[in-house]
Amino acid sequence: MADLKSNFLGITSPNPFWLASAPPTDKAYNVNRAFEAGWGGAVWKTLGEDPPIVNVSGPRYSAMHSNERRVIGFNNIELITDRPLATNLDEMRQIKKDWPDRALVASVMLPMNEETWARYLPMIEETGIDAFELNFGCPHGMSERGMGAAVGQVPEYIQMASEWAKKAASVPVIVKLTPNVASILPPAKAALDGGADAVSLINTINSIMRVDYDSLTMYPTTDGMGTHGGYCGEAVKPIALNMVAEIARTKETRAIPISGIGGITDWRDAVDFLALGASNVQVCTAAMVYGFKIIDDLVDGLSRFLDDKQLTLDQLIGKAVPSVTDWQYLNLNYVEKAVINQDLCIQCGRCHVVCEDTSHQAITHTVNGERHFEVIDAECVGCNLCVSVCPVDGCITMQQLTEGTDPRTGEPISRIKANWTAHPNNPMRKAD
Amino acid sequence: MSSADQQADIRGNRLDKDEIAKNFSDLHPPLSRSEALIAADRCYFCYDAPCTTACPTGIDIPGFIQKIRSDNLRGSAHTILSENIMGGMCARVCPTEVLCEEACVRNTHEEKPVEIGLLQRYATDPVFDQQVPLFSRAPETGKKVAVVGGGPAGLSCAHRLATLGHDVVVFNRDSKPGGLNEYGIAAYKAIDDFAQKEVEYIVSIGGIELRNNTALGRDFTLNELRQSYDAVFVGIGLGSTNELDLDRESLAGVDSAIEYIAELRQADDLSRLPVGRRVVVIGGGMTAIDIAVQSKRLGAEVVDLVYRRGPEQMGASQYEQNLAKTNGVTIHHWAQPVEIIGDDHVTTIRFERTALDGNGRLSSTGAQFELTADTVFKAIGQLLDIGVLGADTIGLEIRNDRIVVNDVGRTTLRKVWAGGDCVSGGDDLTVTAVQQGKIAAIDIDRRLRQE
Repeated sequence: MADLKSNFLGITSPNPFWLASAPPTDKAYNVNRAFEAGWGGAVWKTLGEDPPIVNVSGPRYSAMHSNERRVIGFNNIELITDRPLATNLDEMRQIKKDWPDRALVASVMLPMNEETWARYLPMIEETGIDAFELNFGCPHGMSERGMGAAVGQVPEYIQMASEWAKKAASVPVIVKLTPNVASILPPAKAALDGGADAVSLINTINSIMRVDYDSLTMYPTTDGMGTHGGYCGEAVKPIALNMVAEIARTKETRAIPISGIGGITDWRDAVDFLALGASNVQVCTAAMVYGFKIIDDLVDGLSRFLDDKQLTLDQLIGKAVPSVTDWQYLNLNYVEKAVINQDLCIQCGRCHVVCEDTSHQAITHTVNGERHFEVIDAECVGCNLCVSVCPVDGCITMQQLTEGTDPRTGEPISRIKANWTAHPNNPMRKAD
Repeated sequence: MSSADQQADIRGNRLDKDEIAKNFSDLHPPLSRSEALIAADRCYFCYDAPCTTACPTGIDIPGFIQKIRSDNLRGSAHTILSENIMGGMCARVCPTEVLCEEACVRNTHEEKPVEIGLLQRYATDPVFDQQVPLFSRAPETGKKVAVVGGGPAGLSCAHRLATLGHDVVVFNRDSKPGGLNEYGIAAYKAIDDFAQKEVEYIVSIGGIELRNNTALGRDFTLNELRQSYDAVFVGIGLGSTNELDLDRESLAGVDSAIEYIAELRQADDLSRLPVGRRVVVIGGGMTAIDIAVQSKRLGAEVVDLVYRRGPEQMGASQYEQNLAKTNGVTIHHWAQPVEIIGDDHVTTIRFERTALDGNGRLSSTGAQFELTADTVFKAIGQLLDIGVLGADTIGLEIRNDRIVVNDVGRTTLRKVWAGGDCVSGGDDLTVTAVQQGKIAAIDIDRRLRQE
């Protein structure tokens, strides 16, 4: 089985799976259980100034469920640690002593003045932690007080605080980014410019889960009133992957190591993050939904996958980044058509009706008077909608046309790659 | 209980009340909300859904399941009941395994269809339990229609006619409405007086007058109805039963399955209902299965079901046949009765083995066997009781013992429509009777509006 030993910024851990700074890392009891279960590291629940903040004593979490009540998306309004700093530091010190092979990172959130950072960081570092993670991500509660996402949304603040942290800390500094921005690149660049050693992303997304259908108030509420929370869980993974890939493929930011966060539930999600440029990953929601035991599949699945691919963990990191580009560079001469495997087709007709109603009228429902679903190549634009909605895995596949003529356009299939930058319809096209 | 019955070991109290209660509780317990949501999630929402095509009443099945998924149960029930007002009973008694659930594409995918019947029950139960009004009547037309028969066909027809604004009088032979839903369905398929709840719901729309204990041919004639009503719908079912045509067929202990089931359905205390120790059922349809299983569940020790052809030819579905087997009924195929034996009471019945001859006709192989019996139930089909139609039979075409109708239920007699088991071309299913009542009502309405 492939070795999953991870080295992130010189911090080693037996595997690249850390628990993200969140409720699961609130105190020693939880973190001990996590390490017993096999987690590679933990980013401690965000520390702040004393006196500690207070949390609501009503619902902090809510979920978006499938009908089977599988948690697809998750929302929280919990703030940073509500325990005294000294209590946290004592426990962290003990944990690091008891688990020297695991990564222990202190997440911090402090007001925006240098003195505070200079005062608190050495005190925290003294516990023996391996790194700091600066929480510039939490979108709820703390952002109202000028911290969390309020910092993460202003690149100048990120740079400033990163510089303060680097000055005060001797261990590596990771900057945790908020996704509640128009582009993730300026914040990532600011962290790099401020001297941060890495970025971690994404933190949660501003969200309201739903309304209560009886009271017609937002749901959930604290005594009749609610506030937006941070959205996470499986549903946010694609948003996170895009942001990770953007940082990893952009010239100005690609030098900075990434700790990937956002909806990681099984080992394949970890492969997504690693291949798109993250060097390790952090998990929270899946643990909050299923408990710490999910680490078994994360570790086992990733290790077997690396064996199958004959790759090391390091070789997997960033493997898919070169395949991510801008739309303008996609080959417009490339043609695919959907093909329905009639032996696997169960005749539900979903492909037909969605193509008929919402796409290109390219799938039959009847052939020679019989119920039969078949792609009409002369109409198929290769959009992948039918593949996406078909309930049978592998029944509909996309197949490339490599020769002859595209029956839809009447144009011959060309082996020459040609993208929008040189397309005749592009008024901004570059000269040949 | 006669002395002959005692001699033949026919008695009640074979099982205690708890056992009887267990044996006659819901055959398929209803789905909880969680179960229903999971079951509903399995529906693929097919295009031109095969399940809907397979439903004789054409219920938009993916549509009602979609509404279950979104907790819109009243909307779901409306989708069901607007095509099939007896969607509650059909959810319990339809042989879904040969109708909607057989057509489900999940069978191809994983050999387990969406539980459409149970989902239909989940959506409709609250409507009947709480009598939630989902339908209202169109403005009254002033037309009056007579419906003969208070079973599924008649009540379905009556409800649709009432919805369309006509006034309806239902002439019902029995003391309670519901027809076979009340008197014929196996008890464990329609517990808690569901048939009456359904009738109550149907009638609650208004414009339907129900006259019980009023029989065609005895209390009124078809001709009288034709003269005093704007239209007549006949849904009288099959009023008489087939005979074995054997000597000593009237011997004590040789009974009609239909009559016994009706008695069972109306019994206040099933534990006291007399049942034979050894029961032989003759027949291969749903009634045969129902009587065999219910006899067993009442405490009969040995129940043999004998059918003259093979399992494929049985009217009962494979599911029903399996139900009988798992209830301890022994099914004998390819045998028919040749002699009833007994002096005051049947003791034995002799069968001969059958086979198909070279021309595909059923014939005797010459081999014989005997089964001892305290009770023999005849479940070999029912017949149209032509007598009740009286002189009006003239002009009313009857073929193969069924009233001939066209595809919208018109008979050959002016102003007379018919549907349900009494007409030709059906399959003796509740759901088919409901559909025939419905389409006849729609045609009657069209005709009345043209006048």
